[in-house]
Amino acid sequence: MRDTQLVMYDEDYRRILGVVQRLVRDANAKGIFVVDRNGQLIAEAGEMRGIDTTSLASLTAGCIAATGGLAKLVGEDDFPVHFHQGQRDNLHITLVSHRIILVVVFDDRSSLGLVRLRVKKAGAELAKVFEDIQKKTERASAKGGGTPFSEITDDDIDNLFSV
Amino acid sequence: MSFINYSSREINCKIVYYGPGLCGKTTNLQWIYNKTNPDLKGKMISLATETERTLFFDFLPLALGEIRGFKTRFHLYTVPGQVFYDASRKLILKGVDGVVFVADSQIERMEANVESVENLRLNLAEQGYSMDQTPCVVQYNKRDLPNAAPLDEMRSLLNPTGLPDFEACATDGKGVFETLKAVARSVLRDLKQMSG
Repeated sequence: MRDTQLVMYDEDYRRILGVVQRLVRDANAKGIFVVDRNGQLIAEAGEMRGIDTTSLASLTAGCIAATGGLAKLVGEDDFPVHFHQGQRDNLHITLVSHRIILVVVFDDRSSLGLVRLRVKKAGAELAKVFEDIQKKTERASAKGGGTPFSEITDDDIDNLFSV
Repeated sequence: MSFINYSSREINCKIVYYGPGLCGKTTNLQWIYNKTNPDLKGKMISLATETERTLFFDFLPLALGEIRGFKTRFHLYTVPGQVFYDASRKLILKGVDGVVFVADSQIERMEANVESVENLRLNLAEQGYSMDQTPCVVQYNKRDLPNAAPLDEMRSLLNPTGLPDFEACATDGKGVFETLKAVARSVLRDLKQMSG
C-alpha cells in the first residue's frame, strides 16, 4: 500500500501558520519550521529570514529518520524529541503524530524548559490540524479527486518536458 | 509521497537514485546541479565520508516548470551504495515517488548490480511498494568504458520487465537529463493515475 499523499489547502496552511506564529511568541523563539517527515517544508515563522529552508527541511527529516532507525534498534518506537545545543542557537525538534516535524530554533532569550512547555501545547494543536488534513485527503481520494491531477492531462505533463 | 500545497501552488515529489557503490549516483546529481539554471535549483547537500563516499544521502531540490499553475518541484536523493549501509537506504526510500536505478556497466560490477537491484526490490517491498507499481527507470551508466558489458545482457539481468531505460555516461552528462525527465514524467503520470 503506497503512502497517501499530503494535500494542504490554503485554509489548512492558515491554521498551521496561526499555531506556529503563536509558538514563536510564546516560546520566545527565533524561528519555527514545520516539516513533513519526508523532508518537505510546510510552514515557517519567526525572524530567520534568508536561511536555506529547503536544506533545513531535508536535513531535519534525515536526522529524524536516522534517530528513528536507532530507536528501533534499541526497541523503541521512535525518539520523538531531540535537542541540539549550540554556542548561540539551539534546536528543539519534535515529531508530531509520527508524521510532522516541529523545529524550534531559540537562543538565550528563551530556555529549553519554556520551549518544551510551549511545544507540548502547539504540538497537540498541530496534530489535530494534520489529522483533519488527513481525513480531508482520504475523503477526496475516495471520491476520486481533490488534487490538481484530476484536472491535469497527459499533454500537460508532456509539455513540461517538451523544451 | 508527494506533497501538494494549494497555498503556494506547488507539487513536491521525491525521486531516489539507487544502485551499487561507485555506480555514479552522486555524479548524476552533480551533473544536474552544474547544468541547471540557478533559479531552478536549491543548494546540493552531500553527506559524505572524508573520502567522498556517500555516507547518508545527497540531496538536490529542483524545479521543473509549471503545470496548470502549479510549480512542480522534485527532491532528488541518492542512497549510499555500499552494501553495509542498508539501514540508511531503507530510510531514504521512505515516501519515495520515483526511483532511478543506476547500474554500473563494467562487466566486473554485474554481480554488484544484481545484488543492488534485488536489494531495491526487497527494501521497496518492506514498505509496501513494488518495483512494478512504483515509477522506476533504469540507467546503464559508464557506457564509455572499454570493459562495459553488452547492453542486451544488462537488460536481461537488471530490467527483465522492460522499464524505461537509458545508456549514460554521467561524467560527461550523456543520458543524465534523459533519465531524469523519464522518471519525472513517470512520477507525474502515476500521480495523475492515482488521483483517478
